[in-house]
Amino acid sequence: MSNTNIEIVVDDPTAPEINSPVVTSVRIVDVVVSLLLLALALTLGWDNWRTGAAWDSTGPQAGYFPFYLSVILGGASLYGLVTAFLSRKEAAETFVTRAQLRRVMAVFVPTLLFCLAMQFLGLYVASFLLISTFMRVVGKISLWKSLLTAFVFTAVMFVTFDIAFDVIMPKGPLEAALGR
Amino acid sequence: MEAFGLLMHGFAVLLTWKTLVLMMVGLVLGIFVGVLPGLGGPNGVAILLPLTFTMDPTSAIVMLSCIYWGALFGGAITSILFNIPGEAWSVATTFDGYPMAQQGRAAEALTAAFTSSFIGSLVAVLLITFLAPMISSFALKFGPPEFFAVYLLTFCSFVGLGREAKHKTVISMSLGLLLAGVGMDTVSGQLRMTFGSTDLLRGINFLVAVIGLFGISEILLTMEERLALRGHAAGISLRVVLSVWRDLPKYWVTLFRSSFIGCWLGITPGGAIAASFMGYNLAKRFSKEPDGFGKGRIEGVFAPETAAHASGTAALLPMLALGIPGSGTAAILLGGLMVWGLNPGPLLFVEHKDFVWGLIASMYLGNVVGLVLVLTTVPIFASILRVPFAAVAPMIVVSCAIGAYAIQNAMFDIWLMLGFGVVGYVFKKIGIPLAPFTLALVLGNRAEDAFRLSMIGSGGNMKVFWSNGLVGSITTLAIVLLFWPVLDKVFGSVTRLMRTAKSPA
Repeated sequence: MSNTNIEIVVDDPTAPEINSPVVTSVRIVDVVVSLLLLALALTLGWDNWRTGAAWDSTGPQAGYFPFYLSVILGGASLYGLVTAFLSRKEAAETFVTRAQLRRVMAVFVPTLLFCLAMQFLGLYVASFLLISTFMRVVGKISLWKSLLTAFVFTAVMFVTFDIAFDVIMPKGPLEAALGR
Repeated sequence: MEAFGLLMHGFAVLLTWKTLVLMMVGLVLGIFVGVLPGLGGPNGVAILLPLTFTMDPTSAIVMLSCIYWGALFGGAITSILFNIPGEAWSVATTFDGYPMAQQGRAAEALTAAFTSSFIGSLVAVLLITFLAPMISSFALKFGPPEFFAVYLLTFCSFVGLGREAKHKTVISMSLGLLLAGVGMDTVSGQLRMTFGSTDLLRGINFLVAVIGLFGISEILLTMEERLALRGHAAGISLRVVLSVWRDLPKYWVTLFRSSFIGCWLGITPGGAIAASFMGYNLAKRFSKEPDGFGKGRIEGVFAPETAAHASGTAALLPMLALGIPGSGTAAILLGGLMVWGLNPGPLLFVEHKDFVWGLIASMYLGNVVGLVLVLTTVPIFASILRVPFAAVAPMIVVSCAIGAYAIQNAMFDIWLMLGFGVVGYVFKKIGIPLAPFTLALVLGNRAEDAFRLSMIGSGGNMKVFWSNGLVGSITTLAIVLLFWPVLDKVFGSVTRLMRTAKSPA
């Protein structure tokens, strides 16, 4: 075949701009995460201490192993906190730019809404809504393509999991109306 | 030759239409996720795991491992045609693969990549076939202290040999071990770290965490980047395949060296990335014309691909024989095994012969079928990249949600998955490695049980970990590996001192 030089070109119309302002540096996020981990280590350590982190006649108590792990986690996050605080390199690194954050939120927020909607509408209706609106709004794909793709995908999922394999998924009013 | 007979039996188990169809489906899905930008081996397996919940264990694991092979093959397509490495270990493939595509030799490069991946995995599977039964029968004699020592060795080698900042590996690992302990304590039946929540009673499910960490977080990361692509289309003709194969014997040293490096590093936890770079660098160093590398030499494709696939496959050896996964993907497969109530480790070879040998046979068969499949369908898969990510992203979200919910039928798990997605995103961006976390989460309970049982056995005496030659040397090796970077520095400066002391004389 002689078609080796045909190029595939895919454009990304909504790509984040390159010179977008920086929202936070890696250092700030690193410090915050270290603090959160430290807090988690303290909470879990305290809880395990309460459960019992000593030895009794039969060997180590339930909290022994996790208690010392919390100590290790606490120590490592404390070390991480100090190094991140002092690191010049991380201060100069970008964690996320505003344009990138906008794109990440464009996925995260719909996913969050999808999880919420799943509790009331059931998984299948929620996925139809997620896929069609996401394709239409974020991907700027034509309405009929979005609706069709979403419908086909959801239908395939429904047939695979609900009809063929009997995997129980959260269901809502629509499924109830259809008697499934 | 007992292994050989059992292997034949394994093939007999596999050669049913149903399994073969599942293999094809697995491979196609695997190549699909491998080709999609940003997704690779562990992500693919994590996202597609729910599809297998309804199957019997053998079919399920066959399909899962085929997804894995498919993803490995698929990664090579994007590296060569688009200069986008699907995974960290495909980076070395782009060095020479992409220049070859630019020179119009894409078909050659792809054939080389697929063939060498096939050879690499084949060598590793051979190793598994003959070594795994031996190791596992040896490990049958292990008691709790030995097992704890082996777990310790795994954890310590991650910290000591990993490339990330040490404290970040420690954070990731201890967090994983802690989260594994949430819920009911298996030895005493006491509740811990549940804070009165009924949802946390069941503990934090490994697969839910993995789906969040590798599925959701990967989508967030991918969206951040510019998704525009430019690449070469390619069709592979039989003539090109045959001409590449005819030249294969010329490169046997490279292939052999890379397979060896791959197998060796694959058994050591976290070695696939190192293996591909090492394979590439050694091929370059020993080459007669090292300057040609990076400009489109076919050896530059052979070397890293063979090593990466040998190590990716060899990572399954410690998982099957000892129950200790050698890579993130192996850890996910191990989590999958546990869903079907199979406990990986030495007993697996005794209690579930059919299953183990079916899996090993599927590695052979999956690789052969995979090779033929990718060679014939490359043009179709390359055009998958034309599908807009905005259509793929929500579908991946939906399959993640189905997977997370199906495991325990709990809405809480969906939120947990979302939480882990955010955690994975942030961790990856600040350099906290996820592989140790995955490993710790899947091994946590067993490591703790082993520790407590040995403590109960010895009456709380730590000397039990040095009580005989075997356990003593494993424990010592673990501690040496943990402090390896420090020791390495000390040795280095000592030898330098000796040299400077000697040189004036």
